[in-house]
Amino acid sequence: MQILRRILIRLAASLVTLAGAAVIVFVVIRVVPGNPVAMMLPPGATAEDIQRLQELYGLDKSIFQQFLIWLTGVLQGDFGTSISLRQPVAELVLGRLPATLELSVMALVIAVGLGGAMALTATLWRGTRTEGAIDVAGGMALSVPDFLWGLVLILLFGVLWPLFHISGRISPAQGFEFHTNFYLWESLLRLRFDVWADIVAHMFMPALALAIPLAAIISQLLKQSLKETLHLDYVTLARTKGYSETSIILREALPNAILPTLTLIGVQFTFLIGGTVIIERLFSYEGLGNMAIDAVINRDLPLIQGIVILFALLFTVVNFLVDMTYAALNPRLRHA
Amino acid sequence: MRDARGEIRRLPGPRLWLAGGWLAILVLAALLAPWISPHDPLAQDLFAGRLPPVWEAGADPNYLLGTDSLGRDVLSRILHGARLALSIALIAGTLTCLIGATLGLIAGYYGGWVDLAVSRLVDIWMAFPPVLFAILLIAVLGTGVTSIIIAIVVIDWTRFARVVRAEAMGQAQMDYVASAQVAGRSRFGTVLAEILPNVLPAIVALLTLEMGIAVIVEAILSFVNLSVSTDAPTWGGMIAEGRASVHQAWWVLVFPLAALFLTVLSFSQLGEGLKDHFDPVLR
Amino acid sequence: MSYLSIENLDVRLHTGVPVLRGVSLNVAAGESRALVGESGAGKSMIGKSVLGILPRALQVTGGRIVVDGEDLQALPPRTRRQRIGAKVALIPQDPLTALNPSRRIGPQITSRLVDFLGWSRKAATDRALELLEEVQIHEPARVMRAYPHELSGGMRQRILIAAAFAAEPKLIIADEPTTALDVTVQKQILRLIRQMQERHGTALLFVTHDLGVVSKVCQTMSVLYAGKMVEDTGVREFFRQPGHPYSAALLAATPKYTDPEGSLTPVPPGVIAAVEAEVALSDRRREAAE
Repeated sequence: MQILRRILIRLAASLVTLAGAAVIVFVVIRVVPGNPVAMMLPPGATAEDIQRLQELYGLDKSIFQQFLIWLTGVLQGDFGTSISLRQPVAELVLGRLPATLELSVMALVIAVGLGGAMALTATLWRGTRTEGAIDVAGGMALSVPDFLWGLVLILLFGVLWPLFHISGRISPAQGFEFHTNFYLWESLLRLRFDVWADIVAHMFMPALALAIPLAAIISQLLKQSLKETLHLDYVTLARTKGYSETSIILREALPNAILPTLTLIGVQFTFLIGGTVIIERLFSYEGLGNMAIDAVINRDLPLIQGIVILFALLFTVVNFLVDMTYAALNPRLRHA
Repeated sequence: MRDARGEIRRLPGPRLWLAGGWLAILVLAALLAPWISPHDPLAQDLFAGRLPPVWEAGADPNYLLGTDSLGRDVLSRILHGARLALSIALIAGTLTCLIGATLGLIAGYYGGWVDLAVSRLVDIWMAFPPVLFAILLIAVLGTGVTSIIIAIVVIDWTRFARVVRAEAMGQAQMDYVASAQVAGRSRFGTVLAEILPNVLPAIVALLTLEMGIAVIVEAILSFVNLSVSTDAPTWGGMIAEGRASVHQAWWVLVFPLAALFLTVLSFSQLGEGLKDHFDPVLR
Repeated sequence: MSYLSIENLDVRLHTGVPVLRGVSLNVAAGESRALVGESGAGKSMIGKSVLGILPRALQVTGGRIVVDGEDLQALPPRTRRQRIGAKVALIPQDPLTALNPSRRIGPQITSRLVDFLGWSRKAATDRALELLEEVQIHEPARVMRAYPHELSGGMRQRILIAAAFAAEPKLIIADEPTTALDVTVQKQILRLIRQMQERHGTALLFVTHDLGVVSKVCQTMSVLYAGKMVEDTGVREFFRQPGHPYSAALLAATPKYTDPEGSLTPVPPGVIAAVEAEVALSDRRREAAE
């Protein structure tokens, strides 16, 4: 019962956050000086055009009424129609979501792998130059945001030493017909490893750029909790049993040190997803973020709204899942 | 022994000197840009397009770091870009700090529904991708320096609000606040006087970090062409052009990127260093 | 022939400050020896040196630790670790922190058997169940599946005792195993340790600051003061007539069960001064000899 209560409370809080986010986007676009319709129309539109468009989008009504109309639509799965692309927003947005999800998850996997390896190496060689070097590298990685790492990677591995692709999601020459937009998974499931390798070669640079700062954060926190755990009595007891330092760290310390890191990864993962907006732009990767920037530049009001709400939803879902995973993994909470 | 360690902590390491040194050079360059720039940053010379930096073959010694596709001098544009980057860092950083800290103080001090409202607002803010939010704001407000500053303040005030709120909450419940009130001093004044010395170090550190963030946000906005006018020399704009022609003219990307990278790194290292330096736990 | 033999052991801080100064100590097979001293005397460090778990700030700077005829210091680290794992076990001080909170009890008892001694999982589990019964734990099968936080301190200490005996070590080092427990539980645990030690014929090095406990568990004892051994005697002899003035003072400062209300005599400052002078003198002698 306790657990159910927690889930419900958490769910309610998430809904409030989401609703708040929806209101804010709605209001920001409409209240700030400047006519939203003027935003949509090219300069030089006549007053008549503006009037017609306002009626078309219901913009002549009060903000509150507009919000109700929009909300009613959203609850029925209707996010309106994109002005620049002339397609339903829901369709467009859901079509791009898989690309962004695949990129984010790949970045997360890289970050966890890289950060975990850094933390374990530094812990194993604590007090030596290796640890010092890892600390310095981590500090650098943390100080500079993903956007700049992306540019550095473009220079290093796109130009100086061209190992990976630096734009797009797949080589056009592949000529492969996808049934879904989850390219990475679909190519894998259909056993087309050549296509899969091509997709990975496209995704690796943007994913790495997103992963570098997160890897540094994971590495710092995990190392700190590992070192704290290594002083505990049960670790000392395990040492007397004959285990090597490596297996002590992996078997005894890691499972207990990992919980705080896990919570942190959850929060940071939302930041990482936020980072996809500019990284996708930088690497011409056809995901949600890239579409969002186009929508802003084209002043496509319904599309902007749809994308921002989807991002907010994504953040909320991730946060919710993290909380639940945390509760499920901690034996003390589970039995409480 | 503990004292000796404390002394060592208080000495700024080479990291801080390097970071501070680079920023000092940058401030000088920004202030003196109109006088030390070898060329007009806007002057185009279509016959001198994409000239490489002087040490490469085919360079023109007049253009130290080469030219972009329109024949504009890369060095002069970087120097003038520093003016914009630093002004925005300073103004946007300070405003963000003032507004965020004030909201945090009010939330922490009054508690109750005010606190609830501010905290929920912070939660909601966390649900937006900051870059997307900034771009959206610029689209609504229109381009220009003022819009950029407003956008930075709007997306980042939560950073300060959270820190100050936590501190204010702790202090407002202390006994001395009540006793100071009996002595006739105003409650708010007392809390302010007690909180400020406690949070000031954290705020100074955060402010330094925030300036680095402001520089990045400006660069990102000019990268997607939403900063100031397309023509004006901005690091982000130069990087956008460099990214497009990276295979033909690497120098158009490398030099502004290096300037941006070092600046962001320096603000960040300075901020982290200040945080360690002031942190009462570490001290 | 001693199973554990420590000869002239020196342990120092990184800064050079001595913690153990030329300590020698022998424990014969099946012998139960108490190691007594005030807190800070360095008695725990002797056990930690043998087990190879000294804190990073400390290191062995001289002397030999011989277990079962083998000089541990002379072995390569990996072999040394495994030798200790197979021959020596530790009963730790605080049962509340000595079990890994994220793992079930079962594997924490059987891990050494399975990972180093080639037991099958099934055989190791049977053995663990047997041992849990031996340390008087009810429903051992249920306890094997439990997490540490579900069990009381006394139960956890029984489990740690069972785990220590699991691989039939020839020597067990008990580091103040009852100080963290209730007085009532203490007595049961002490009795249990003695029974197990006698039944399995294991040598025991029992580290404690509590003379009252010594007579319940051990036959022989060594007294440590300021990192130096001051007396090596039988427990009975010690209580009848302590040989060293410091030991005598220590005994006088211990409450007696027969006369709990009787007045306690603190260790007189004169004795401390005398011991310190003696320790300093022997240090100088040793330095001169070097």
